[in-house]
Amino acid sequence: MKFATEFRDSALAKKLLDGIRRKSTRPANIMEFCGGHTVAIFRYGLRDLLPPHLKLLSGPGCPVCVTSTADLDKVMALARIPGVTITTFGDLIKVPASYGSLDRARAAGADVRTVYSTLDALDIARNNPGKKVVFVGIGFETTAPTVAAAILQADAEKLQNFSVISLHKVTPPVTRALLDAGEVKIQGIICPGHVSAIIGADAWYFIPGRYGIACAVSGFEPLDILHCVDMIIDQIESGAPRVQTAYSRAVRAEGNPQALAMLDRVFEVAPADWRGVGSIPESGLAIREEFAAHDAEKVFEIKLEREPREPAGCLCGEVIRAVKTPEDCKLFRKACTPENPVGPCMVSSEGSCAAYYHFAEAIG
Amino acid sequence: MDASKTVLLAHGSGGKLSQDLVRKMFVGELANETLSRLDDAACFSLNGGRLAFTTDSYVVSPIFFPGGDIGKLAVCGTVNDLATAGAAPKFLSLAFIIEEGLPLEDLARVVNSIKAASSEAGVCIVTGDTKVVNRGKADRLFINTSGVGIVPDGINISGCNAKPGDIVMLSGSIGDHGMAIMAQREGFNFKVPVESDCAPLNGMVTTMLEASKNIHVLRDPTRGGLATTLNEIAAQSNVGIDIDETKIPVKDAVGAACELLGFDPLYVANEGKMIAIVAPEDADKVLEAMRRNSYGSKASIIGEVVSGHPGRVVLKTALGARRIVDMLSGELLPRIC
Repeated sequence: MKFATEFRDSALAKKLLDGIRRKSTRPANIMEFCGGHTVAIFRYGLRDLLPPHLKLLSGPGCPVCVTSTADLDKVMALARIPGVTITTFGDLIKVPASYGSLDRARAAGADVRTVYSTLDALDIARNNPGKKVVFVGIGFETTAPTVAAAILQADAEKLQNFSVISLHKVTPPVTRALLDAGEVKIQGIICPGHVSAIIGADAWYFIPGRYGIACAVSGFEPLDILHCVDMIIDQIESGAPRVQTAYSRAVRAEGNPQALAMLDRVFEVAPADWRGVGSIPESGLAIREEFAAHDAEKVFEIKLEREPREPAGCLCGEVIRAVKTPEDCKLFRKACTPENPVGPCMVSSEGSCAAYYHFAEAIG
Repeated sequence: MDASKTVLLAHGSGGKLSQDLVRKMFVGELANETLSRLDDAACFSLNGGRLAFTTDSYVVSPIFFPGGDIGKLAVCGTVNDLATAGAAPKFLSLAFIIEEGLPLEDLARVVNSIKAASSEAGVCIVTGDTKVVNRGKADRLFINTSGVGIVPDGINISGCNAKPGDIVMLSGSIGDHGMAIMAQREGFNFKVPVESDCAPLNGMVTTMLEASKNIHVLRDPTRGGLATTLNEIAAQSNVGIDIDETKIPVKDAVGAACELLGFDPLYVANEGKMIAIVAPEDADKVLEAMRRNSYGSKASIIGEVVSGHPGRVVLKTALGARRIVDMLSGELLPRIC
C-alpha cells in the first residue's frame, strides 16, 4: 500500500524513538488536538514506546464528541418531523442526545440513512422528491468544504428538498479557549493534519507566538506522529517554539485556497456551542442568508420538546478538555460501553473513551 | 414505543451486540449442551455416526458483487461452517425469500452460481423452499441455507478447544469480501478492483485434517472479521491469543480502501478464509497442507494461544508495542473526518 506502509516502517520508527529518548531531558505534556491522532497513537501503541516523562494527552479534536447535547437534540427533533429523511456520516448515528439517539429513532421508524459523502445525500434528495432530506453537517474545516460544495450544487440544481443543519466548528478558536483556560499545563501541541491541509500550517502561529508552546502539524501514520513529536521535543529542548510541519505531503503553509474560498462563499463564522467548553465566539460556521433555502434551521421550525439533559456522571466534557482521562470517569467500562454509550466520547471512532476502551486496557 | 427495547441494525453486525442478543435471547432460553458451545456448526451423534449441522441466512446487498453473488455466498458460507467442525459437507437445503419484481434472469444467475459452487464443494442440494413477498418487504433476494456433513472418527474441533501453546494460523489475506461489498454498494471505483474471497474451503480443510489430527479449532472469520472471531475463540476456550500485526496479510487495494474509509481490516468480513488453531508440534504440517490448496496458498502463522490475559486478544503492533484487540462494537461505520 504505497504512501502508507512507508510511514509504518519499524526500523525508521525505532530510529526516531531512539532520537526522541536521547534528546528529551524534561517532562512534557503534549496534546494531540485531533481524534484521528488519538486513535493512531493507541492503534500503534505509541504511548508505550515514548519515554515515560513525555505524556500524550487527548484533546478536543473529535467533531462528534464536541457537539453539544442541545445541538444533538435539534437533530433528533428534525428526525421526528414527518417526511424528513436524516442523512449523516456514520458515527453520529449512535451518539446519545438527551432523549435517545438516531439509531434508536431509526429502529422506532424515523428515516435515518448513513452516507459516505454529501454527494450520496444529494442523490437521496434527487431520488426522493417527496422527502425533505436533511444532511447533518458535523465536522471541522476538513469536511465543511464538501458540505459547502453540496449546498452550492443543490442551489445550482434548485434542489428544494435538500438542506443542511450546520453544526460545523472551526478549530483555532477552541485551541485558544483551552490554552486561555490554562486548566492543563501543555508544553507541546500536535496540530491536526487534515484540518491544516485546509486552513494551512500558518493558522497555528498563535500557539508559539502567544502562548510560547511548541507545535507541529502531523499526519496520521505512526511515523508522521513520531516525526512530529521529535520536532516538538527539539523545540522544547531548544526553548524555541515555532510552527513546523511533519505532514508536508498534505499540508502547505497557506492551506487550500479553493476549499477556503468555498467555505467563505457558503458559510459565515458564528458562535458555536462546544461540549464541555461552552459557547465560543467565531468558532462555528453558519449557512449564509443567501442559501437559507438549504439551511435546515431556517427551513424547519425545530422545536425541542424538552430541555437538553446532560447525562449524569458523564465526564466527556472534562475528557475533551484533557482535564480528565476516560479512566477517571466512574461510568467508563461500567455503565458506559460502546454498546450502551452514555457520552459521545465512547461512541465516536475518534473519541478518547472509545480509544481507551478498545485499545488501552491493561494487558494482564 | 421505547426505542431502547427494539432491535437495532447493530444487533446484526456480528459484534458484541449480536453476541449479547444470541446469548441472552436465544441461548438463554433454548440452551442445551450442543447449542451452548456456540460453534458455527453443531456436532452430535446419530445412529453411531457423528454429524455436523448448520444453518445461515444470506441478506447481502447488492446481490451481485465482484468475486461472487448471494448464491455462491450461501453455498460457500454453509459449506465453510460445516468445514469448521472438520465435517465433510454432504447435503444442503435452500430457502429463497424473493421480493416481487426480481428479474427471473437475476434469479437464474444466482441459481447457476449455486450450481457451480455446490459442484466445486461436492455437496447436493436436496431440499428447498420458495416464498415471494410484496415489493419493499425484502431486499431483492434472501437465501437461507442449512447443511449437513459427516464428521470423521477422531475429529474433535470446536472453538472451545484452543490450548495455551497452540499456534494460530490464517489461510490468507483479510478484508477482501467486506471491502468488495462496500466498494460495490457505495459505488467506489478503486483503480485496483477489490474482489470478494468467497470460496468453499472444505477441500482445503480435508487436506489439513489428513496432515494432522491435532487441529483444535477451525473458524471462518466472516462478519466482525478476524478480530471478532479470535475474541470469540478466546472467550469460548478461556485462553489469551497473541497475534503479530506484521504477519497478518492485507492486500494493498484492501488496505488502501480501509485507510480511505477509516476501517481496520481486522474487523472487515471475509468469506473465503479459515483460522486454524493447531497443536505446536503439528503446526508446520498443517501450514504446508493449507498452502498446497489454492485457497490457502498465502497461509501464514499469525500468532499463538497463551495462558495470560484469558478471553483477550493482544496484538503486537508493527512498531513493537502491544495492544488489546477488542471485538467489533456495533456496525462498521466510516469515520467522520
